[in-house]
Amino acid sequence: MEQANLIPLSQITQGQTVKLVKINAGRGLRMRLASMGILPDVTITVVNNRHPGPFMISVKGTKVMLGRGMADKVLVQ
Amino acid sequence: MKKITVAIAGNPNSGKTSIFNMVTGTRQQVGNYPGVTVEKKEGLYTYKDYKIRFVDLPGTYSLSPYSTEELVARRFIIENRPDVVVDVVDCSNIERNLYLATQLMEMNVPMVLAFNMSDIAKRNGLQFDIASLAELLEVEIVPTVGNRAEGKNKLLDAIVKTAQKGRVTREHRVHFGPEIETELASIEELVTGLEPGLGQKYGSRWLALKLLEQDSEIIDKVHSKELKEAALKSVKHIRGVFKDEPEMLIADRRYGYISGACQETIKTTVEARHSKSDMIDAIVTNPFLGLPIFLLLMYIVFQLTFTIGGYPMGWLAGLFAWSANAITSLWPADTAQWLRSLLVDGIIGGVGGVMVFLPNILLLFLAIAVLEDTGYMARAAFIMDRIMHKIGLHGKSFIPMLIGFGCTVPAIMATRILENKRNRFTTILVLPLMSCGAKLTIYTLIIPVFFSPTWRGPMLWLIYLIGIGLAVVCIRILRVSLFKGETTPFVMELPPYRMPTLKAISLHTWHRGWIYLKKAGTVILLISILLWVGMNYPKPKAESLKGLNSHQVRQKEISNSVVGRIGKFIEPAIKPLGFDWRIGTALIGATAAKEVFVSQMAIVYAAQDSGESHQSLSEKLRANYSPLVGFCVCLFCLIYAPCVVTVVMAKSEMNSWFWAGFQFFGLTVLAYVITLIVYQAGSLFAGY
Ligand SMILES: Nc1nc2c(ncn2[C@@H]2O[C@H](COP(=O)(O)OP(=O)(O)O)[C@@H](O)[C@H]2O)c(=O)[nH]1
Repeated sequence: MEQANLIPLSQITQGQTVKLVKINAGRGLRMRLASMGILPDVTITVVNNRHPGPFMISVKGTKVMLGRGMADKVLVQ
Repeated sequence: MKKITVAIAGNPNSGKTSIFNMVTGTRQQVGNYPGVTVEKKEGLYTYKDYKIRFVDLPGTYSLSPYSTEELVARRFIIENRPDVVVDVVDCSNIERNLYLATQLMEMNVPMVLAFNMSDIAKRNGLQFDIASLAELLEVEIVPTVGNRAEGKNKLLDAIVKTAQKGRVTREHRVHFGPEIETELASIEELVTGLEPGLGQKYGSRWLALKLLEQDSEIIDKVHSKELKEAALKSVKHIRGVFKDEPEMLIADRRYGYISGACQETIKTTVEARHSKSDMIDAIVTNPFLGLPIFLLLMYIVFQLTFTIGGYPMGWLAGLFAWSANAITSLWPADTAQWLRSLLVDGIIGGVGGVMVFLPNILLLFLAIAVLEDTGYMARAAFIMDRIMHKIGLHGKSFIPMLIGFGCTVPAIMATRILENKRNRFTTILVLPLMSCGAKLTIYTLIIPVFFSPTWRGPMLWLIYLIGIGLAVVCIRILRVSLFKGETTPFVMELPPYRMPTLKAISLHTWHRGWIYLKKAGTVILLISILLWVGMNYPKPKAESLKGLNSHQVRQKEISNSVVGRIGKFIEPAIKPLGFDWRIGTALIGATAAKEVFVSQMAIVYAAQDSGESHQSLSEKLRANYSPLVGFCVCLFCLIYAPCVVTVVMAKSEMNSWFWAGFQFFGLTVLAYVITLIVYQAGSLFAGY
């Protein structure tokens, strides 16, 4: 199925823009992300991906920092 | 004159504080929301015929039950029923900011939208059809520029107008799609039938919506089993149809509604381009430059705090000394000497001792306010996150810890930047292990006494390092025991860099400084008096003092006082650490403020003239104790019970005497165990 070509956000290189498909996390976390505008179907640009520190993305013109653990749980296309 | 209450809501970084300052001026009251340590600011303003009470709600992205701030904001809106809610919206980032607005609309509160950052939106080429948008959302919309106080009267007019209209049922609302709407309607019907009281209070549609979202706080309020079961059935049904949580679908529909509304009313004329913020970020979060820049900035902050702060601190200390002297010399020779001593030694000594740090603390807060308001603090957290993560905390915790090397009290207040309770409590509990400036005075007395110049630096370094090491160990232990849980799902907005305004920063600084002052004026005053009593009473018999000089009298008095007696009483317990009753007495006195240790030792050793007191005290210490004991004193002082001010601050910030007590006794036990091991092992090796 289409699940096959989903990749965790953490693997996306700096500067790339992707579409969020799914977040593998509990309700609380998913809702927190949603309230910040991070939910399925939005486009995400990876601003800073310094291995192995945290992760900086840009969503709808806002910069947001994600823990690396979290970037693993966010699946994109 | 009519009285109305206006709550100010908004996303973090939307300029909410600026708007609050704009409408209230500087007459503000700071406190806490009941039962939690979320800061609550209030201000009064009279406009036309209205006496308006403004309440600043915590900055939130939504009103879900997942964080204390959001719960606090929601409860205030439900329980206190403000006449108007002003939602401060960063209109340069409109879609995400309107998410909170949709939730407020669902609650059917009379609402005004402050379209803040309208200058930036304009610069970015956004054009709003305010009239249509206002009609669509059924709210008053007022463009504002918070930091320049633009739009103040228009905003106040809109507030008054909305308050006059009162609560009206909306015509438009977010439509959640046929499946969800059907379920909502059926739950709503049950609500009206089964829980009319709750339906009345919360609005039946809102209640139904919360039940569909499985909102834990609201579910707990519902008594009817039938209603709960019906709601759960609806949830399962929706889950079955969409393969997702109703909550997520509802969030999605809210954004859908927003983007629909925006599409019709907002035009972009300029393409987004690389901003200055991106350029600054490229430098300060650069993998190689980020850390050095951060450390440099912190170094500058500390340098400024302690060098510039040194001057006013000196003046204040001089002022207190002068008033103490004035009182002493003007006091009639044979009336109420106890009162003089209470005033001079107890109150001026105790409260004054705390007040002299005020300039330092204000400067530190000032620096923090600048770093916060410019947006750099979020980057500092980003840079430090990797290291702090390994310990089990998150990047932002680094800032209070760093401040802790100056003084634990502002450090505890700085933990307010941590949203997560587990993180915050863990950080507060270990903060005293960061050796503060007052503890340094103890080390600088003891270390030179027992160690040769070449060893002094390394010794001091070792003490600080032990503190940091212990903090790391304690954090790890706390994070797997009492404060278990994932290292915060870490999401944090990195706001664009902004030029802070002088007014905002001074208000920020003053608020925190005021909290510190209030503590000094109340609790610390009381405790200073208690300690003074403990160190002066009961008095030895007059005849036993005959023929002694004033220092010997003081020595006798101390050893006869409650504190002195406790010191002697605990001597058997501290003997295994190498301490005698004199050290014990000084250690007890030092819980008032750490630097008191030095003056206490000086008193019990009846040091000669104050000018040479250090000299002679050093000699006496060298004669009485071994270097091992000296080291153990430093070690014990590093770890044991924090000073009274810290305890009071920790209590008020954690809102619990239990945790403050836990910290107090926990650290004391830790200090005891470690010093015991070191002293016993040391004695064995060195054959003392
Ligand atoms: N350009 C611009 N800056 C603003 C405006 N309102 C606030 N600011 C700045 O944005 C920063 C954050 O504002 P603040 O009120 O502390 O935001 P809060 O986090 O929502 O309370 C500060 O540096 C303000 O000076 C505005 O309308 N336009």
